Formats: sequence, C-alpha cells, structure tokens
Amino acid sequence: MSQRFRLPSGGHVDRSKRLSFTFDGRAYDGHHGDTLAAALLANGVRLVGRSFKYHRPRGIFSAGAEEPNALVELRDGARREPNTRATVAELFDGLAATSQNHRGSLAFDWMAVNGLLAPWLGAGFYYKTFMWPASFWERVYEPMIRKAAGLGRASGLPDPDHYEAAHAHCDVLVVGAGAAGLAAARAAGATGARVILAEQDFLLGGDLLNEPGLEVWRQESIAALEAMPEVTLLPRTTVFGFYDQGVLGAVERVADHLPQPPAHTARQRYWTIRAKEVVLATGAHERIIAFPGNDRPGVMLAGAARTYARRYGVRAGETAALFATQDAAYDAAFALAEAGTRIAAIIDPRGDSAAMQRAREAGFTVKPGCVVTGTVGGNALRGVEIGAVGSGGRGDAVPADVLMVSGGWNPAVHLASMSGSALSWDEALLAFVPGAASQHERSAGACRGVNGIGAAAADGAAAGQAAAVAAGFAAAPAITLPEAPAPDHRPYELWEVKGRGKAFVDIQDDVTANDIRLAHREGYSHIEHAKRYTTHAMGTDQGKVGGLVGAAVLAEAREEPVAKVGLPRFRPYTSPVAWGAIAGGEVGQHFQPVRRTALHGVHEALGAVWMDAGIWKRPAYYPKAGDADAWASVKREARAVRERVGVCDVSTLGKIVVEGPDAATFLDRVYANTFSTLQVGRARYGLMLREDGIVFDDGTTTRLGHDRFFVTTTTAQAGPVMQHLEFHLASAWPDLDVSLASVTDQWAAMSIAGPKAREVVAAVVTGLDVSNEAFPFMAVADCLATGVPARLFRISFSGELAYEIAMPAGYAAQVWRAVLAAGAPHGIEPYGVEALGLLRIEKGHVAGSELNGQTTAQDLGLGRMLKKKGDFIGRVLAQRPGMTDPSRPRLVGLRSVDPARQIRAGCHLIVDGRSQGWISSATQSVVDPGWIGLGLLRDGETHIGSVIVAANPLMGEEVPVKVVSPHGYDAENLRVRA
Amino acid sequence: MPGYSGFRILTEGLRGNSGWKPAWRKAAPKPSYDVIVVGGGGHGLATAFYLASEHGITNVAVLERGLIGQGNTGRNTTIVRSNYMLPENNNFYEHSLKLWEGLEQSLNYNVMMSQRGVINLFHNEAQKNAALRRGNSMRLNGIDAEILDRDGVKAMCPIVDVDNGRYPVMGGLLQRRGGTARHDAVAWGFAHAADARGVDIVEHCEVTGMIIEGGAIQGVRTTRGEIRAPKVGLAVAGSTSTLTAMAGFDVPIETHLLQAFVSEGLKPLIDCVVTFGAGHFYVSQSDKGGLVFGGGLDGYPSYGQRGTLPTAEHVYSAGVSMIPALGRLRGLRSWAGVMDMTPDGSPYICKTPVQGLYMTAGWCYGGFKATPGSGWCHAWTIAKDAPHRLNAAHTLDRFREGRMLDERGNGPFFWAQ
Ligand SMILES: Cc1cc2nc3c(=O)[nH]c(=O)nc-3n(C[C@H](O)[C@H](O)[C@H](O)COP(=O)(O)OP(=O)(O)OC[C@H]3O[C@@H](n4cnc5c(N)ncnc54)[C@H](O)[C@@H]3O)c2cc1C
Repeated sequence: MSQRFRLPSGGHVDRSKRLSFTFDGRAYDGHHGDTLAAALLANGVRLVGRSFKYHRPRGIFSAGAEEPNALVELRDGARREPNTRATVAELFDGLAATSQNHRGSLAFDWMAVNGLLAPWLGAGFYYKTFMWPASFWERVYEPMIRKAAGLGRASGLPDPDHYEAAHAHCDVLVVGAGAAGLAAARAAGATGARVILAEQDFLLGGDLLNEPGLEVWRQESIAALEAMPEVTLLPRTTVFGFYDQGVLGAVERVADHLPQPPAHTARQRYWTIRAKEVVLATGAHERIIAFPGNDRPGVMLAGAARTYARRYGVRAGETAALFATQDAAYDAAFALAEAGTRIAAIIDPRGDSAAMQRAREAGFTVKPGCVVTGTVGGNALRGVEIGAVGSGGRGDAVPADVLMVSGGWNPAVHLASMSGSALSWDEALLAFVPGAASQHERSAGACRGVNGIGAAAADGAAAGQAAAVAAGFAAAPAITLPEAPAPDHRPYELWEVKGRGKAFVDIQDDVTANDIRLAHREGYSHIEHAKRYTTHAMGTDQGKVGGLVGAAVLAEAREEPVAKVGLPRFRPYTSPVAWGAIAGGEVGQHFQPVRRTALHGVHEALGAVWMDAGIWKRPAYYPKAGDADAWASVKREARAVRERVGVCDVSTLGKIVVEGPDAATFLDRVYANTFSTLQVGRARYGLMLREDGIVFDDGTTTRLGHDRFFVTTTTAQAGPVMQHLEFHLASAWPDLDVSLASVTDQWAAMSIAGPKAREVVAAVVTGLDVSNEAFPFMAVADCLATGVPARLFRISFSGELAYEIAMPAGYAAQVWRAVLAAGAPHGIEPYGVEALGLLRIEKGHVAGSELNGQTTAQDLGLGRMLKKKGDFIGRVLAQRPGMTDPSRPRLVGLRSVDPARQIRAGCHLIVDGRSQGWISSATQSVVDPGWIGLGLLRDGETHIGSVIVAANPLMGEEVPVKVVSPHGYDAENLRVRA
Repeated sequence: MPGYSGFRILTEGLRGNSGWKPAWRKAAPKPSYDVIVVGGGGHGLATAFYLASEHGITNVAVLERGLIGQGNTGRNTTIVRSNYMLPENNNFYEHSLKLWEGLEQSLNYNVMMSQRGVINLFHNEAQKNAALRRGNSMRLNGIDAEILDRDGVKAMCPIVDVDNGRYPVMGGLLQRRGGTARHDAVAWGFAHAADARGVDIVEHCEVTGMIIEGGAIQGVRTTRGEIRAPKVGLAVAGSTSTLTAMAGFDVPIETHLLQAFVSEGLKPLIDCVVTFGAGHFYVSQSDKGGLVFGGGLDGYPSYGQRGTLPTAEHVYSAGVSMIPALGRLRGLRSWAGVMDMTPDGSPYICKTPVQGLYMTAGWCYGGFKATPGSGWCHAWTIAKDAPHRLNAAHTLDRFREGRMLDERGNGPFFWAQ
C-alpha cells in the first residue's frame, strides 16, 4: 500500500500534490513539502544505508541537518550527489536516490562481516598493525583499506550545473528562523534596520512547524517580515561559517528542490554577508544516549519522530517507545499517540516529573528509574530491552518498531564558537552554551539554552532589538509574542548505559563508547587526541548528535567533569557545502579572464596559433600553407626579419608613465642604471633589481619631457613592477613629487624589424624624418601614423634594424594594416612570440627565463650596468659575497655540436660528470642552422669554446654542446645601428 | 613497554583490548636534562627520537605547551615528496624521504606512509622548462622523477580535465615515491618511539623564557618551573620568532596563514597527489575517503588559526577547473595553520647566536615531509654541535652572505614563497 504511514491530515505537506520518486530502483510516492526521509518513512522504508566501518544497517535518525545515518546518493548521472542527507533533501517529482556503502544489496551487505572482526578493528587499530612484512602496507593492506573507505560514490563527471556568487551588506543578520529568529528579525526590522534572515530549511518556523497551535503567529510573522522593505528573507540558505570582522559565508540552494535548475538559473548561490550585528538563533540539536544497539534502524531522536508526525503527517512506526531524560522530550510520545502510534513504554531514568505524570494520565506505561539496555531486531527494530538504572545486564524486552531517544539538547553553538566566543558549561542543561561574544554577535533562544517557544521568541525579540540599536537604530515598539508554556529541558545526567554490545557515540563513523575508553587507556586522553585517534565527531555530521556524548564518556574515563574535557574546536562548515557553490563561476574556461590585445582580431584573421602569456593571449606563430610544421612557420617568420622585414604585436609589454619634478630622481633610485642623464627624445635600456639584489625586470625607458618618462616592462612583470613603484613612492619616498599611471591598455604597440624596416616605417609615418642621421638608434619621437597620433621608438630586441610604433589602442588595427601594405613589396611577414624568442636567443638578449628571480646582473653579463655612484634599490644586498661569488653560473651561449640534435630548456650542463648549470632557453637558429640556446654555467667564460654535455635524463637525452659567447649574432651591433 | 605486534593485536582483541598501555608516558619534567627540545610537533619529537636512537642521548625532554601534534603537524595536508630543484634542498628532502620509507619499522608505529605518487601539472612551455630543470636536477642527484605528457597525466589521473578550457594541461612532473602519510600518527609514532627509548615527553609545559649565562644556554623557564640543560633545540614552527626573542635575537621569519580543507568521505576517486599549475590548488584522497586539499597563503601575517573566504574561493575554483567532477561534491571542514615563512622559502636547521641553542624552523608550508629529516639533522647538529653536510646550507646567516635557497625565484617576500 502506498504511503501506509501517512496520516490523513495535518502538517505542512500538500496531499493534493503527489510526487513520485525511487529509492534503490523501487518506486514510491510522496507529497509536496516532504523531505526524502519523510517520504521514505511514509512508505515504511526503514533501512536506508550502511555504516562506515562495520557496515551495520542504518535508518533515518533525525529530521534535520544533523543526520548521521540517512545519507544517500541523490540523482544520477553527472548530477549524482553522494552523501546527501535524506532528512534535508526536498522531495521533487522524479527524484531518484540510491543507498550507499554496501557490497551486495542494502539488506545483505557482505561487508557486514567487519562487525565480527570488531575486537581487532577498534579505534586506531591501523596504527598498531599492518606493519609486517614491511612491503605489505602499500601493496596489500592499504589498497584494501582504501577500497573499503568512504561512503558515497562521486559521479566522476563534470557538474552540469552552474553557480553564482553574491555579496550582501546588512545591519542585522539573523541566522535561523525559528521562534527566536523570526522574533529577532521582526524586532530588528521594525527599527528600520536592513535585516537579512537566513534559514537552512525550505520553510520558515523551525520548531513552530511542529506546533499547530502557533501556526497563526508563524504566518503573521512571515507576513510582517515580507511587508518590511528592508528585510530580506533567505530560506534554503545555510550559513556555513563565521569569519573575522563580521563576515559570514552562506549557501542558498536555489534549485535543489527541482529536478534540475531551470535554464539560466544557478543551482546554488554562494553569499558573502557582511553584517554590522549578527543574531544567532540556530536552535539546539537533540543528543543521543549511548546504549547497546542504539544505531538499529527504528531508533531515532525523539524530536525527529515528533517532527515526522506533526510537520509531515507521517507515523514513524506502529509501536513506539520513548527513552528520555527530561520532560521536553515527552511531547514526542503525545504527538505519536495522536498520530495513532501505540506507545509501548516510556523509559526514564528519573523518579518522577510533571511530564511523567501527564504521560501516566494519558494512559502510557511509564518506567521510571529505568533505562534502555539494548535493542532487538535485525535490519529493523523489533523490541527494546528495559532495565533499572545501574542494574547492568540486559533487561526485559518490550516490542516496538520505533525507539525515540532523547539525551538532552545541545545548543547549536557552532557559529558562535567560530566567531571566537569561548563556550561555557551550563550545569542545568548539561551542555555548552556560548560565552562572551568576541565579535558583534549575540545568540538568542535555544542556541544559548533559552528553551520553549515563548521564552525563545521573547529572547529573540530582545536580541533583535538590541542588535538593531547597536547598529545605530532607535528601538521600535514591541512586537506580539507567542504564548506557550515551556517544558523543562533540564536532563537527568545520563550519557551511557553500559552493557554488552556496541554502544555508539558517533553513529556515522562507528565510534563506540569502548573506543573512547580505549583511546584514553592508550594515552589519547585529551578530547582533541581522542577525536583524532577514534575519528569521533569527524563524519559529515561533525558530531552534532553524539559529540558531547563521546566527550562525556571520555570524562568518565578520565574521572573528570565533562566541562573540563570540553569539545573539539568548531570549524567551518556548519553543514557540508557544495564545492561548486564556493567555486562559483570562475571555473574551467572562466577560471581567469582572458586578456586580448587591440590587435587580437587581426591575428585571428591571420590564423594565428595562440599561446598563453600569463592571462594574455598572444600569437605564437602564423601557420601558412606549405609550412611542414610549427618550426617551419617559426623559422619562416624569423628569416623574414633577418632578411627582409617583419611585424610583431608587442602591446602586452607593461607601460607606465612616470611624471613629476622628481621623476628622474625616482627612476635613478628604482633602476640600477641612470636615467637623469637621459636626453629628452631618447630611450635607454634599464635594469631593475629587487631589494635583495636579484634582477627584477628590464625594459626601455624613454624621456618624453624633462619631467616625464615612459617606462616599459616585460609582459610578465607589468603588474609587479607597477606595485613595486607604487610601494616605494608611498612608503620609502613620500617626499618625491612623482605620479604614476599604468597605460598598458591605452597604447598598442608593434615592432617593425628587419633590414627593410625603415622603408616600411617611412611609408606609414608622417611628420618625422626617419633617416639614420635624423632618427638614430634609441631615438624617440611623436609622429602621425596613417594620420593618427603615434609615437615612434628606434629600439630593437631582435638584433635587426627595428622600430617600435605605439598608438592609441583603438587605432592599432588600421596602423597594422598600413604596415602590412607598406611592407608587402618588401615581403613583410607578421611574426609571433616564438619567432621573437628565436631572434632574441640568436642575438643573446635575456628574457623571462633568464630573469627568473635567481640571477644577478653579473650572472647575466649585465654587471656593468650597475651605476657606481648613487644609491638604488638592490645596490647594497647585491654586494653580498654570495651574490658576487665569481663561481656563480654565468650566461653563456650554447650550440648543439650535431645541428640535428635538439637541446631543450631545462637540460643540465654537465662538466666533469657534475651538473654545473642549466639551459634556460633553446631554439633553432636561422642564421646558422642548428639548435642553439642560452644557459647559465659555472665559470661560464672559462668554458667558452669547449664541448660539454647537455643532459636531460628525464627524457633520456645527452647532447654534446659547444659553449659560445652569448652574443652570437652581430656582436658589434652594426645592424641595429644601420 | 611491549611493542605493537600482530600477536599482541590478536590477544588484546580477545581480551577486550583491556591491556593496552599509553603510547607514551605523561612525563613530569625533571630539574635537568642533557638536551631539551622545545615543541612537541613532529619536528621536535623526531629530534628527540633521533638523539636517542642515533646518538645515544636519552636524557632528553620534549617540552610542549599544549598537546603533542596539535600544531601544524596535526593540520597539514600531509604531502611527502623530495621533488626540489636546488641540490641543497633535494638532497636533504631525499634523505628525509628515505627515512619515511622505513619509518613504520623504526618507530613500531604505522604512520601510513603511502607512496601513491605526486604530480605537479604544467600548462605552458615556461612551466614545462622549469619542471624539466627541476626533474633533471632530481635525477642527477639520484632521486626518482618522470616527466609526463598530457596523455601520461590522463592515464595516471583520469579525472583531471587535461583539456580544461582556460589552461589545458601540457604535462606533469611525477615523483612516484612521493605520497602522503597520516599526520597525527607521525607525532604519536615519534612520541611512542622516543618515549620507549627514555625520552620524557612533557605536555602542557610552555617555555616562557631562556636561561642564558655568558652567551651560552643553561636551560629554560617554563610554566612548570625552571628546567636546566646545556643544550636546547627549538622546533616550534610559527612560534619561532617568539622564542628567539626570549633568547635575545631576531630571525627572518614571518608568520602567515595557510588554509586546508577536507571533503566528505567518498569511494576512491583520486589515487595520487595532484597539484594544479595554473592556480593554487592541490588534492589527495585520504585512506578514510576524504579529499584533502589546499592552496596558497592567505597573504597577510596572522596568528589566527582560521582563514578568509577569498582564498577559499580561489582554491575551490581552481579545484573545479582542474577536476570538473568536484563541483558536485562537498567541503566538510576547513581550518588554517600558522606558517613560519622565510624570505627564500627554505628552512633553517642550524646553530644560533647563543651557544648551545639550536633550531629547526622556517618550514613554511612544506615541513611535514621534512619531519624525519629535520629531526635527524637537528639531532646531529645538537649532538655534534655542528651541522651535517645535508643541512650545512640551511643557516640563518645565508641572507647576510647572499646565498639564498630560493627554489622558484619568488624573491624576499615571505608571503610569496
Ligand atoms: C594547512 C597546511 C598544509 C600543509 N601541507 C603540507 C604538506 O602537504 N606537506 C608538507 O610537507 N608540509 C605541509 N605543511 C607544513 C607542515 O605542517 C609543517 O611545516 C610541519 O608540520 C611543522 O612541524 P613542526 O613540528 O615544526 O611544527 P608544529 O607541528 O607546529 O609544532 C610546533 C610545536 O611547538 C609548540 N610550541 C610553540 N611554542 C611553544 C613554547 N613556548 N613552549 C613549548 N611549546 C611550544 C606548539 O604548541 C607546537 O605543538 C602544511 C601546513 C599547513 C598549516
């Protein structure tokens, strides 16, 4: 029969909406408003999973986020989500769920034999074993353990959904929308404060959802909040962490209650909330009692059984027993009785109480002074054994298919603890409550031990108002509060019923009370050590239902109060968070933005092969029909530059304008060479050191006017150089009158290089005499190019006669086209970064792979650039003995003895059988065909002319190379000056 | 105390596991020792163990202000490898890795060293060249290293999206002998083995001052009284500068935050350790099934043992970029450790300006793998009052000398290492 355990009426489910779903392939029905757990219980499904270590049968244990047992794989295919708590998964039509962690079927799990081996598989057994024989750990034991470990299976497929991020600022953030949270939000909202109310559940109300009599107040509160323009309600939103300075992280489940997100809708939204004041109204988690068999399907938290009855209209079973230590749990028995479940017995270690009397009056069998000593059944509970407190041994069995357990209530102090508040022990509640706040935060209601709906609402209203006042708002008139008597939440102190059989303190990770005692016996007596040794409270529920029970068992073993033993530190996340939510949109293709030069489209039209240079896309080369391979293209482009003319986009170089009366002084300090002597209209190559004397960057700097310079940096260091300059101006020399502007994006630039470069430039540029006499090497001048304002530089990286022409980025394409047109008669070719690299290696110019953060100016043969007079950044530390040590590796040129044998950057240079250096850059020469490179070699100069070995053991290569001067091509620099 | 053996496991199991004794004694401090080691993390405990086992010095105390193994030793992501470029570093870390390989047997404690392979991905030519230079340096020093191309990466770790839209994987540098170990077990195992050789492990004993006479150490002041010793070794990670200040000198260390994360438990998904080359992210799967992952520093000096969200966002983004299947999984817990960062990213295992005072420090976020090697070299340096050849370069005055050990050329920025 479908939904055999569903009540005909009552609760917050819509019986007119029937939803079908499957669990382990079988079809069932549920209703709108159900969680998966509620729908399973409605259909009488008890067994839902297997435990971590012993593979014990497990059922639904709670009705909320604290669920340790009922974890399923939700959905299938790429949307499969392992370890999903059935107790918070909203039912939707077509939902498919699968049970986890069994070999064989859920009902007959072969791995359950682990239970028989339990005496040898206790806490930390693996630390003391698996060591013999030594080689067996990796080959035999560990693979075995790994295979058995874990709970659910990942899909292994890319997540098809997307996520988004949002930031919110508010005056008061209220976390939790139970009685306390609703009241807090209303009270704060009434002052006009900007309020955010975040609730993990899909319905607002918390425990109010179990109180039909207070439904009016709940509805009225929601309506009031919805009417306040400054109040934002965020249901389905879990606040997962409380960080420094009022920052909280939250995840909103936007579309998890739907089969799949609608088009253009994120599955989840990740919120960063910055709140002036925070009210925590996160309620309390009911805790278990450790007794033998306390994990059998059918055993559940008392409050959960009550919730299934009242909120979902589902009877958790036919015959129920209640095992409780305080009056607050008794309402579960009344709720189930109203729902038609027979109450077999109420077992309570106390002598008498108000609730016990009421229970007796209602006709229930009450067993005062008694405890549950064990459970009977296989994959489902059949009976409960009852004995007198302290009697030991097993008691008489009473038939029951549900055992409702309540060991007391633990305030949900997670966020308070994360905010930095120390916890303090409440002797009446036998639980930890938040201590003094360390941020702008206060707790209200059950999460600080104020129990009962009326009391919690009043506490919440006061906290909400106080928070708003603290945020600078004037108090508003009081709101109406619900009237409800508060049951007594103070428990009898009972953590464990000792007996034969496994009594769990952490149900998910299969940690028993005996494990905790064993940890203590072996010296792991501190709660942090015991936790790590036993894995107590380390499962997906992070010890919400049993954490304190384990601590109490440890306390007893240590013969110390629980308060002294304490709890392990609370850390984010309060509940597990979807990886994709935190990752947001910056994944895959969008992991980082793509930066394109103004000429990107032009390169694309030319069929460029792209390469990444940081976040830039740059053309590596431009293949042409007839090129045999990439090298053929690269060499063709390089040859064009050497023999005729080429054009290359160099817009990615960093460009910084340095301006002000002290600009020259400033540059003299940040560069190792001098700029104050540079004439207006001239450029100079500059070398910048880091503070520690290591080379930082190089580039040409131009003097545009007396107080105005134009600095260029390498592509990679554009950002770091700008930071470096800003930092020093702001911190070291605030007295200098200099301002900086990064203009990398404003100016596009292209290099026109080769013996025919002048002809091409002359055809494009007007208003400037570009003859060698009028415009010599290192000259710079403003001009017009294709009629637009441009700046021409006579500088060269390739070793050829070359110009760089820069223009406002918007005109780049038109200038580029004009250059190509003017160059066509000369056989111009556009060249990419690969050819650029080839040319500079041939010429012996250093670049990023030589300026790698480990080399000095001397290492690179640039020692003469360091000025003798005046200070500059890096001067002092560059003089340390280790930096000037003549035996440091020095820049050399290299040439493969056999021109056909490839050498690679990353090879080591072997002299006399030892590594004495490495190859930093390698390429094929077009001037003198064969493989060439630059490298750093100890005593480099002394080896010039000799043959050594370039070793690449990773690839099994050993190539004889000749050491040569790095300045191989046109050593006299005649070509650049031609 | 009887050691752990298969036979004991069997017999104890049969009698309710009631005969197990503490893995180490809860020692009270004596008035004096031959050597005091400050800091009960892996490095301090390993120092004590090797003093006893290699140098026969057993009248040793390890003083720990809280619990052993709760500092960085108990909060790191447990990657063990020796894939360094500079010979000064790779020789040291290789020595350490060799000690790891026999650690279960030396300690009679299973630290669950698992050599499942460590791959560092690269995505462009420059990164590949750097990987070649590093891997070749390893190979020339007798350390295992392999270069994988894109398909090799795919074969070894099929879940990595080698074609990710932004920075496709070009290949990876693989060290098969690298892997992970169980961090807590390392502290407990060294404690167990040192204790068995007579070392006093004194928990809840914070060092509050140094007793120095005539430029030489004479002992320490602690929350449990004065304790004398002619030799004191510091192994206090993020607290190093606090302790050296007590001894009257300054060290080039800044304390920074590093976060780590663990996912929910999953059936086997990722078999090796993989690091992304295009962002800060690395991941491995523990024997319990959780994915253990992390990224770069939070970027500002702090002693707060929690992190900030922007760093976490980058880590998660980089994770999904490298392995898109992670999107659907969940993060379970996050935390942070305080890192003792140095200006070149390499550590100090050395003598100090105070006679008889030694230190092992500056481990940045890579000191877990160094645990046995650091203890071994620190013990040697203490016992002989001179460094071993393996740690001769790891001095404090290498900065004065200009002989930095900067693996990646990041420069004198603590946060950039
Ligand atoms: C998130 C994270 C990830 C990491 N990942 C890796 C990794 O994957 N691989 C890797 O190799 N390394 C990693 N590391 C680094 C590694 O954890 C550390 O370098 C290493 O564990 C340091 O060990 P230790 O013994 O020096 O320090 P700790 O374990 O921190 O021990 C220092 C001890 O000194 C004690 N102490 C301090 N002051 C005093 C005092 N005054 N008196 C007495 N005792 C004192 C402390 O309480 C502490 O117990 C990571 C670190 C972090 C935080």
